[in-house]
Amino acid sequence: MVRSTKKSAIRKPGSAARTTRAPRRHPARRVLVLVATRKGAWLLHGDATRRTWRVDGPHFLGHIVNHLVLDPRDGRTLLAAAKTGHLGPTIFRSTDLGRTWKEAARPPAFAKVPDGGKGRVVDHTFWLTPCHANEPNAWYAGTSPQGLFRSDDGGITWEPFSVINDDPRYRTWMGSVQDGTPDGPKLHSIIVDPRDPAHLYFAMSGGGVHESIDGGRTFAPIVKGMEVVEGFDPANIAFHDPHCVRLCPSNPDRLYQQNHCGIYRLDRPSKQWVRIGKNMPKRVGDIGFPMVVHPRDADTAWVFPMDGTTVWPRTSPDGKPSVYVTRNGGKRWQRLDSGLPTSQTWWTVKRQAMTADAQDPVGLYFGTTSGELWMSRDEGKRWTCIARHLPEIYGVEAAEV
Amino acid sequence: MKVLIPSPLLSYTKERKVEATGATITELLADLDRQYPGLRFRVIDEQDQMRPHMRFFVNGEQVFGMTHSLSPHDEVLIVQALSGG
Repeated sequence: MVRSTKKSAIRKPGSAARTTRAPRRHPARRVLVLVATRKGAWLLHGDATRRTWRVDGPHFLGHIVNHLVLDPRDGRTLLAAAKTGHLGPTIFRSTDLGRTWKEAARPPAFAKVPDGGKGRVVDHTFWLTPCHANEPNAWYAGTSPQGLFRSDDGGITWEPFSVINDDPRYRTWMGSVQDGTPDGPKLHSIIVDPRDPAHLYFAMSGGGVHESIDGGRTFAPIVKGMEVVEGFDPANIAFHDPHCVRLCPSNPDRLYQQNHCGIYRLDRPSKQWVRIGKNMPKRVGDIGFPMVVHPRDADTAWVFPMDGTTVWPRTSPDGKPSVYVTRNGGKRWQRLDSGLPTSQTWWTVKRQAMTADAQDPVGLYFGTTSGELWMSRDEGKRWTCIARHLPEIYGVEAAEV
Repeated sequence: MKVLIPSPLLSYTKERKVEATGATITELLADLDRQYPGLRFRVIDEQDQMRPHMRFFVNGEQVFGMTHSLSPHDEVLIVQALSGG
């Protein structure tokens, strides 16, 4: 299937110049923000200063798009993980930055079981990760219910990857649909070590964090130090619920994690996660979905806390949304809410709906459950809404083209 | 036989009424997928089961099995039972 897309150029709210700023170095490459939503996908092309954005979309209007990712190895191939409320899941692929799309010939799907057996069915592809820079055209995908898949032809055909999809231990740790998040248990945070394509991580919500050092032939849990809901046994991998795990590009031995039960840091070769979220303000807590790392400074990371008390509203704590940053690996956290609404604001940010670009200073972007896209051009000091009235935002990625 | 296509699948067929062959629902979908690649997996899952909300009617009667027999003069309706918002 080939589609053409509508394009329009508009000035987004909040983009008008407010004050005269000191001259700053213009980045050589422009930022492309990829927004995946419950009802389609949008591409926002930034100008050289990231002040005005040209909106391209909707793509796949009416489709549930969980993730839209640009291949950094060629700078032009996009993959979109999509389904509708009623049709089965698929992957759309564009090799011209979204001008045209073709559907995957074989989307991620579990192995067929013999007649009479009870096989699993992919409900949706949730997460897309390009493989190592030395593996062009290779991608990983994580699904709901939890499954790990790989494509070696740029996303055209997908095969189950590794043993975990059918491994009895992993199947136990994955739990059932009843154990998962409201719209299904997820395999997410597929991470490739930039130094070694055979060194992989992934996380399951629920089902823990896992590592492979043999190219995915085997995986093992890496959950020591991670807490679980009170009353449950942390030795049971199934009870661990990592929401988002990120590896620091500037120090691939450091990972940060936003978990159902706190914020963590892991410094390899240690296998002991440290709950750095205990240093967050008590009235805010350290519960949330996304985790964002700095492209050049492994001591800097951002989170977006949500209310994880009582019945778990999963809204901005006290109706006052804010990003929090650490500049020292989690020893201290600083509130970053300048420009954000100051009261009666009840949205939150889902696990792949917050990201950073690689510019200097770093640009931060997050999409809300109420369809607003916010950005900061100065690492979180000041926030601006650059798009609103979108559907619920599931994924935000910042690419450079 | 004539097959009536629901609007969510028009991006594959471009038209509401198409011609396809097959002695069973399974064979009919194989032929549709041959003509319109990708259509089958949107309707039938990897365990060869009809996806939730996808309904098949043959000559006005709903059928539930993939092995339901078809003849060349049958008329097949594929329907999406829309729900949710």
